[in-house]
Amino acid sequence: MAADMTQTPPASPASGTPGTPSAKPGSSGAGTERTRRFGESGATLNVFGTGFMVIWGIMVVGPVLWVVLGAFKNTSELNGSAWSWPHHWSFDAFSRAWHTGISTYLKDTVIVLVFSVSLTMLFGAMAAYVLARFEFRGNRFIYYLFVSGVMLPVYLALVPLFFQVSKLHMLNTYQGLILVYVAFSMPFTVFFLHAFFRTLPSAVYEAALIDGASHTRAFFQVMLPMAKPGLISVGIFNILGQWNQYLLPVVLMQSQHGEAPHYMLSQGLVSLMVAQGYSGDFPALFAGMTIAMLPVMAVYLSFQRQVQAGLTAGTLK
Amino acid sequence: MRLRKKTRERLFIASFLAGPLAVYLTFVIWPYIETFGYSLTEWSGVAPPTKTVWFKNYVDLFHDSIFLKALGHNMIILIVFPTVTIILAMFFAFMLNVGGRRGGLGGVKGIRGSAFLRVIFFFPQVLSVAIVVILFQAAYESNSVGLFNAIVIKLGLTDANHPWEFLNSPTFVLWCIMFILVWQWVGFYLVLFSAAMQQIPRDYYEAALLDGAGRTQTYFKVTMPLLWDSVQTAWVYLAVAAMDAFALVATLTPGSSFGGGPDEHGEVLATYLMRNFQVLGKAGYACAMGVVIFFITLILSLVVLRATRRERLEY
Repeated sequence: MAADMTQTPPASPASGTPGTPSAKPGSSGAGTERTRRFGESGATLNVFGTGFMVIWGIMVVGPVLWVVLGAFKNTSELNGSAWSWPHHWSFDAFSRAWHTGISTYLKDTVIVLVFSVSLTMLFGAMAAYVLARFEFRGNRFIYYLFVSGVMLPVYLALVPLFFQVSKLHMLNTYQGLILVYVAFSMPFTVFFLHAFFRTLPSAVYEAALIDGASHTRAFFQVMLPMAKPGLISVGIFNILGQWNQYLLPVVLMQSQHGEAPHYMLSQGLVSLMVAQGYSGDFPALFAGMTIAMLPVMAVYLSFQRQVQAGLTAGTLK
Repeated sequence: MRLRKKTRERLFIASFLAGPLAVYLTFVIWPYIETFGYSLTEWSGVAPPTKTVWFKNYVDLFHDSIFLKALGHNMIILIVFPTVTIILAMFFAFMLNVGGRRGGLGGVKGIRGSAFLRVIFFFPQVLSVAIVVILFQAAYESNSVGLFNAIVIKLGLTDANHPWEFLNSPTFVLWCIMFILVWQWVGFYLVLFSAAMQQIPRDYYEAALLDGAGRTQTYFKVTMPLLWDSVQTAWVYLAVAAMDAFALVATLTPGSSFGGGPDEHGEVLATYLMRNFQVLGKAGYACAMGVVIFFITLILSLVVLRATRRERLEY
């Protein structure tokens, strides 16, 4: 599962350019001379490189914008020419998409996510905390058991997972998908928070214990609040990962005995895409996609640093 | 009665681990283990498997021409996709971090607007694969309304009556898939390599500068060798991603169920696995395939880690 929860990766927040200039010893005459030479030596590379980067930027943004624009066109405009500009910006497609199922998928996804993300965070933090701060037999074993899941391809587990969930009568149910999401988010969450809890100072915690707090109380009232930055990073990671999850819902959320399937948003969009292939209402499909993309965009643009740090965390050593 | 301190601690540990472990063992570890057992059975996937056939599934796999074709495609993806992604990501990371024209000290400065470009480049990574599929479905459309065809027509490479058949063409389909993979992952590794580059002490660049090294030289002699660790990690993770590609192939390419492209020209192991499991009723066979994917991934990771092992420089 590519960009989602099994994948882990690192550690350092990718922020800032290397080194903010402070006191520099090379800004004397000779230094400037060298600097200039250095700059010139890469002039060709620079023009070529910058140009190429701009092109890549357009390649990334272009298709996205093009499809979002498509949501405002009407069908005949869309089928007319790829270059047409929406004549009158209409929101019809959005309301059509909303009524063809997006609202239901959105509701189902939100219900699942509210529970799965909270439970992932709670369970992940509990396990990581105990493993990071207590010595007991089997500690290393359990830690590696959790973390090993990071590298395993989901396909390996897929077939038995389906039957496991089926045996528990949880196919096509919210609780089934919630538990599976929690389980598959565990490796990365434990890995990330384990490192985090290790770095926290023990002084405050010991003081709380001396004051008569129980271990449980010390965890919830002292350690969790201190771990907030880590919890936020891994929380955003899990929200995005579970929101974007595709494979697990496809396998687990299918209609069982003729009842309506509880589709998740990604899954619903793809089924909408297949359906639109026949009905030809592409503006509605594009509008549905835009609706599904908006929350992700909002999260990404507001927490862009944490998202990049969280997603790349763990890849480095 | 007050419990002894040690007992209380044990109880606490057990109560905190019970829930997470139960969920994790039930839905992750146990299915992983079961796969190995099921792969030795003939199993339709309906009733519990009854007949143990030992290694028959594995023997069959290597006589299955579709499987071999899919394996070949996975190997092509495995070589091309990580290579292209890493080269591009490295180049971009270098430009964004140290490619600046009027570098402050030692020319160590990103090009203008690098913060903005970083945000843009990373963006595909947060998009759901479903959205990526819809985007490229529309872009690859094999008529003049599709974005890419509109571009090739504008460029005069073809005329409106003969649009390119991107996903329907046996020669192109795999490359179209790989293009999307690269499109999606470059930003991620760009950020990863940037983080690694920022850990390189600035003195190294200063020293290189004072010794009269140009920018290209600095890149190959200083930056690259020091990034070796991250490149190695990137290879391993890209290999895992390369063995995946399920959603893209399954939804984008034509095929009866779970895609596969024209005459299996875009088939990958993951889609063939799913078809055997959910359509053809060969769950045991699908499990054997899962095990093969697992071992390929494992071997690749080990090979990569070994081949790229170098003396690590601490700084």
